[in-house]
Amino acid sequence: MSETVTASEAPRENYLNRDHSVASWLLTRDHKRIAILYLIGISIFFALGGLMAVLIRAELATPQGDLFPADVYNRLFTMHGILMIFFFLIPSIPAVLGNFLIPLMVGAKDLAFPRINLLSWYLYMVGASFTFVSMLWGGIDTGWTFYTPLSTTFATGQVLLTAVGIFIAGFSSILTGLNFIVTIHRMRAPGLTWFRLPLFVWAHYATSIIQVLGTPVIAITILLVGAERLFHIGVFDPKYGGDPVLFQHLFWFYSHPAVYIMILPAMGVISELVTCFSRKKIFGYHFIALSSLAIAVLGFLVWGHHLFISGQSVVAGTIFSFLSMFVAVPSAVKVFNWTATLYKGSVSLETPMLYALGFIGVFLIGGLTGVMLATLGIDIHVHDTYFIVAHFHYVMVGSAIMGYLGGMHFWWPKITGRLYPAFISKVAAVVVFIGFNVTFLPQFILGYLGMPRRYHTYAPEFQTWNVMSSAGATVLGIGYLLPVLYLLWSLKYGEKAPANPWHATGLEWQTASPPPLENFEVTPVVTEDPYSYPDGTLRPKEVPVGV
Amino acid sequence: MFPNSPVFPPQASTLSHKVDALFFFMLGGAIFFSLLIVAVLVFFLVKYRRRHPDESGRVLTGHATLLEITWTGIPFVLLMVCFFWGAHVFFGASRPPADAAQYYVYGKQWMWKVEHPDGKREINAFHVPVGVPIKLTMTSEDVIHDFAVPAFRLKMDVLPGRYTTAWFKATAVGQYHIFCDQYCGVEHSKMVGTIYVMEPQDYRAWVAGQGAFGPAGGTVASGAELFVSKACTTCHRPDSSARAPILQGVFGSKVALLGGQTVTADENYIRESILNPQAKIVQGYQPIMPTFKDQLSEEEVIQLIKYIKDLKPEGAAAGSATAAPEAPAVPGSKS
Repeated sequence: MSETVTASEAPRENYLNRDHSVASWLLTRDHKRIAILYLIGISIFFALGGLMAVLIRAELATPQGDLFPADVYNRLFTMHGILMIFFFLIPSIPAVLGNFLIPLMVGAKDLAFPRINLLSWYLYMVGASFTFVSMLWGGIDTGWTFYTPLSTTFATGQVLLTAVGIFIAGFSSILTGLNFIVTIHRMRAPGLTWFRLPLFVWAHYATSIIQVLGTPVIAITILLVGAERLFHIGVFDPKYGGDPVLFQHLFWFYSHPAVYIMILPAMGVISELVTCFSRKKIFGYHFIALSSLAIAVLGFLVWGHHLFISGQSVVAGTIFSFLSMFVAVPSAVKVFNWTATLYKGSVSLETPMLYALGFIGVFLIGGLTGVMLATLGIDIHVHDTYFIVAHFHYVMVGSAIMGYLGGMHFWWPKITGRLYPAFISKVAAVVVFIGFNVTFLPQFILGYLGMPRRYHTYAPEFQTWNVMSSAGATVLGIGYLLPVLYLLWSLKYGEKAPANPWHATGLEWQTASPPPLENFEVTPVVTEDPYSYPDGTLRPKEVPVGV
Repeated sequence: MFPNSPVFPPQASTLSHKVDALFFFMLGGAIFFSLLIVAVLVFFLVKYRRRHPDESGRVLTGHATLLEITWTGIPFVLLMVCFFWGAHVFFGASRPPADAAQYYVYGKQWMWKVEHPDGKREINAFHVPVGVPIKLTMTSEDVIHDFAVPAFRLKMDVLPGRYTTAWFKATAVGQYHIFCDQYCGVEHSKMVGTIYVMEPQDYRAWVAGQGAFGPAGGTVASGAELFVSKACTTCHRPDSSARAPILQGVFGSKVALLGGQTVTADENYIRESILNPQAKIVQGYQPIMPTFKDQLSEEEVIQLIKYIKDLKPEGAAAGSATAAPEAPAVPGSKS
């Protein structure tokens, strides 16, 4: 990187302090401020979804239904799923970290369409408001999967209102993806070729493709559910001549790739963390970059593995199982390359790196159990049991949230200009890791024993593992609460952050913390490959240069 | 093997051993490779820990293409082993033996109804003989359910408006859970039952001791009665005045349709022909049959299908549409 860091202390004016009015926030076109707006939104819904998880685990501590009636319990797990997936996980890393970092990483002043970026946030909030109102108005009890004809004909809750909320939020996702794609294609700094892009950007490029291509399908599907519910048009309910399995095909055509919307950005974060805290060029850059694209493409070909026992033909099941095996390969390649990056590195266990290592640990379990579920002969036993609940929490909660928290801790000094306390944040990372595993490992055993998912009451022999899981959830809850406390504390009392506290490469570290309104004083010019750490020591140069 | 163990479910069917063998193979592989990666990670973390704040990693030279190909290729080969083994187990689980005894299962919010070959009926209880292959033909009266018996490693969705099939051969006498595994509404977790695996002589005694219908089964008119009372005989009759296809021997045969296609007359085809007769018109007949949708319950449709299945051709001249019976339809196949 040719451009050297201009100042070690924050400039007098930055994107945060140049205007404090409410209007300057609500009407902002600055990608960095919009990222903060998203952060506030998703944090609220994560807290709500988390509260529901606590209530669910409390109910499941005993085999009987003692806290809630079945109806209320069903609404709790439905709303937990909807809030966490559509209003937290899908926007989490892309809309917060991606929004903040992609223009910085490509050396641009903003995203390609700043107004559309703001529109995305408003769509997200409007969609979330619909869903929130539907919750207050009685909620829904279809499960987040909306399976027909239960959702179209039998469910009594606010299906339409919630569906409208998800429909609107879907456009937010599409527009964000579109914005990223155009930005990455058109707004890279001089010299920043495709294979000089940070892997975080590659991961978001792959994610954006899924968002743009996949989300319209769920939007159409949700419209059809609404139309069927209102007008009995006969698409899904056999009573009116429809096909209930058709819904599952349409739903999973989006919702399986949506899993990669959640995990690919986290993988992008991990790639950044592993290389930074090894102070060494990432191993297999091209393989990691292209594996993101491979996952995005293959992810669209495997939806039928959700339907092995749904009445789909044996031939279709066999083909989908075969194709699903291919997705595992690029995921494995990433893990191997991350591991190899440590070889001959200079490894330090800062808080973000703890999350990265935690990610690799839980992703191994989540990924390998995913292979089991893609295997026809095992899925026939564990489908729709707690085995699958454990599996997708390992991928979507364990891995995706580890990635999110790792990224937040990594870029927090850049975003806020403040450092957080090192020791307590390391403790929190360990607590999250332990709490997570104690919560969800027992659920694999429960699933193989046969305990079905979405059960309000269960057979008494399952209780031991459920108690363990509920106990773990308490620890996990504390682990998630700690960062909220010390990160908020750091806003006021944290030490001021230098431009590049981790000695990382990457354009975002070459501007001040927090960055000025237009990101860079001078448009950077890129002359080196990414992650070009010097050999052996940082000493000869004042600050590490590279990208 | 581990009765009532809280760690591992009982193995009570021929399928359970096959699923478990595959599971332990994959679990072993997963643990081995996870530990290997974690061991390498920890080794690197210790060996290459940062010793000085200004230290950075070493720049590696040369290409690692061979390494990348190796660690892409080995997982791929292992994944293919898992795929083929898994498909093999699944195919076995999907194809009932030709001599399997035919039982019917009805899912309904929120109970399981079972019908034995002799017409005996039960709710949320299912008595079966050990060592006998049993084929289940299943349908739902409302939403999608899922018939799951963890001890048998058996699971299949139960759909409204369609038949799905499953089969098992129990290997251990005992009582095992039946769960509904597909979320089906408010009392989903109460849609559970018990499967009682009995010695064959005990099963026969149980059948004999229960009278014509099971303890809570209720009564449903037989297929023969329905065939008359719903006036099917008016047109479907094995004589020259028939205005509709002759049904003797039709089950399992290939039926030629208007427009040139042929279809195998399985349960789903007969069900459709009763409830939506205009969907597939048999070659040489007029589309004159009225629909019996909303006039027959799911159980009555099954009674009619059972009756039609038992109609044997009278002599060689049983109708041009009749051919040699096919093997049982593959479970899970679409209608």
